[in-house]
Amino acid sequence: MDFNDSHEEAAYRAQVKTWLEANAPKAHVGSDPEGSDSLADSRAWQAKKAAAGYACITWPKEWGGQGGTPLQSVIFGQEEAKYPIPGNPFQIGLGMCVPTVMNFADEATKARFAGPAIRGEEIWCQLFSEPSGGSDVAAARTKAERAPDGSGDWIINGQKVWTTGAQFSDFGIVIVRTDPTVPKHKGLTMFWIDMKDPAVEVKPIHQMSGGSGFNEVFFTDLRIKDSQRLGGIGDGWKVSLVTLMNERLAVGGATGMGWSQFMDAARQTPGMDGGPALKDSSLREKLADWYVQAEGLKHTRNRTMTALSRGQTPGPESSIGKIVSAVQMQDLANEALEMLDQYGIINDVDLAPQHGGFQSSVMFAPGLRIAGGTDEILKNIIAERVLGLPGDIRVDKDVAFKDMPTGR
Amino acid sequence: MNFDFSDDQKFLKGEARKFLEANCPTSQVRKVLEDDAKAYDADLWKAVAAQGWLGAAIPEAHGGLGLGHLELCVIAEELGRVVAPIPFASTVYMLAEAIMLAGTEAQKSAYLPKIAAGEIIGCLATSEGPGAVSAATVSASVEGGKLSGVKIPVTDGDIADVALVLAKEGGQPGLYLVDMAGVVREPLKTLDPTRDAAKLTFSGAKAERLGGAGEGLNLLEQILDRAAILLAFEQTGGADRSLEMAKDYALERYAFGRTIASYQAIKHKLADMYVKNELARSNAYYGAWALNTDASELPIAASAARIAASEAFWFASKENIQTHGGIGFTWQMDCHFYYRRSRQLSLVAGAPRVWKERLVSHLERRNAAA
Repeated sequence: MDFNDSHEEAAYRAQVKTWLEANAPKAHVGSDPEGSDSLADSRAWQAKKAAAGYACITWPKEWGGQGGTPLQSVIFGQEEAKYPIPGNPFQIGLGMCVPTVMNFADEATKARFAGPAIRGEEIWCQLFSEPSGGSDVAAARTKAERAPDGSGDWIINGQKVWTTGAQFSDFGIVIVRTDPTVPKHKGLTMFWIDMKDPAVEVKPIHQMSGGSGFNEVFFTDLRIKDSQRLGGIGDGWKVSLVTLMNERLAVGGATGMGWSQFMDAARQTPGMDGGPALKDSSLREKLADWYVQAEGLKHTRNRTMTALSRGQTPGPESSIGKIVSAVQMQDLANEALEMLDQYGIINDVDLAPQHGGFQSSVMFAPGLRIAGGTDEILKNIIAERVLGLPGDIRVDKDVAFKDMPTGR
Repeated sequence: MNFDFSDDQKFLKGEARKFLEANCPTSQVRKVLEDDAKAYDADLWKAVAAQGWLGAAIPEAHGGLGLGHLELCVIAEELGRVVAPIPFASTVYMLAEAIMLAGTEAQKSAYLPKIAAGEIIGCLATSEGPGAVSAATVSASVEGGKLSGVKIPVTDGDIADVALVLAKEGGQPGLYLVDMAGVVREPLKTLDPTRDAAKLTFSGAKAERLGGAGEGLNLLEQILDRAAILLAFEQTGGADRSLEMAKDYALERYAFGRTIASYQAIKHKLADMYVKNELARSNAYYGAWALNTDASELPIAASAARIAASEAFWFASKENIQTHGGIGFTWQMDCHFYYRRSRQLSLVAGAPRVWKERLVSHLERRNAAA
């Protein structure tokens, strides 16, 4: 038991380090000192990585990837993160959308899209969630109907929501209802679409936290070719499972305000008896709990990486990450506010400790507990897929979609 | 990255599980629980000694198998799974570890081979009353090599041959090895009768210091750090077994026309158990690494392992009873074995509250040093 690279891993890491040292940016480019980079910087960095074979390390060679191991991809990510690299708007496309295209599209389509996506020339988004179905993706109401002219084309109408990156995406994959007369999972079909088509309208969502990282996407008589279909008619649900399977391997670290930032702030904030708040026993106890959780997640990631390193499939333990970190983010940030007492209400980056990091965490945490699977859905997944408990009794299983009760 | 046990260690774990399933079914645990005259399972103790487990981490030169602490960790997890009613922790994690850590060559030669052979049972005697142990709570004293005082409670104090006792000599706390012959032992009623405890009265018992003069508390911390990691594996084993029991029962029990495992209230409860158990396991693994490499991170790793494992076992053992409903509250069901053991293990090496304070103090020091 140790934390060392194997010989192969060490050799790969050394190679990556040498390349990054020669090629990675040394300082944040762009005008924003916080490092919110322009799309052009992101594209330039992606193109550089693609040329050197570091863009899609795990993709098979026939897709234009390197046929590398998941651990090589993790190692590159670890080393890359040591540099002030620009943001990565390609992640959803390369992680989920394009692999779906590569699995289900015809040869011409695959040849057309893989290269530009790898090089960062074209960006993809994933259009699954709808106002009527967040956790219940299969309840999608956006519909595709055959064009009446007999061309075999499809006409799409409806709305998607919470679409990350839609505002700058060139293409997207979309799950739509093609048959409302069959039960809901059976009437869905997947397509790829051109996001620049005038029939596609993208509107930013104004989040409760103030920012706008996501979008609503409206389709009004969007006409597409049948050749844009990914998989069979009515097979959309099965295709979406392939898409989401590619979402799994996120071995990222925690970001934002954690126990260490809390400890720094507690050292500098007066506590109940006039000494530093870090001496308050109730805070110390919570600090210990957060540290233990964060360490638990860190070493759970190390266990996952070990499985990859040994050429094994990681165990289900990696599924606990977001549920623990999102809840902790909310609790920890709120505790920091309470520690600041009246001063905690100030949400000004120049006045609040940690540049207002705790205040922004409190306002962002509700979203984190919902995005990418709510706390409740993640618990269902652990219960059903890890522990093998039965699924819920389904009232929507054998009912035609059009006959299903709908609320808001 | 190689943050997992080796294939050999996993094989040992599998063998340990088979051995304990055969030699330590819960019916055996129940016999110790229900028979006041039975302080521990002497047959299991002998069988475990014959397996070589008592000396797994003891060097071959001192009669052990000389395997290492990672092997001891996997054994500990399996002992925790079956709530083994034997003085393994007192003898191995505490006494043997203390002697390996701070003993003279003569002390090592005198005690370690006997521990490895199962010839002596140990105990750690630090508490004298309610509350956390500190220099202020120690009244036991040593003068001219003779120790006097009262310790309560001492886990396995009723059956031990050797006690490691915290006492003051010249006002300075030290740790002393005491032969239990002649020490007055009064068995205590405890929350977990599968792990007995006693009140010990020492009246001029012959005592030999372990480690340096006045270094008792410092040494005790180091011993408890090591014990905490091994106990964390026992706790993780117990927590995992509690989750399995809850799962198995939920899948079989029907209410309102369906298995209770199909209700989200139960599914989410079991998912919460799983999350806590995995956090405990990962922290315990890091502790195992720190213990095996004697890393400078050991005190922090031990604290984190102990806190996470205590939380996980408490949660899993209490929610296992809750999942069972009324039957879980009966004497006949085994659920309470785990509930009792979770309390025993959380308290025996200092309560989680104390460890949380220690953890944050260590983090403050590390932070100041950085």
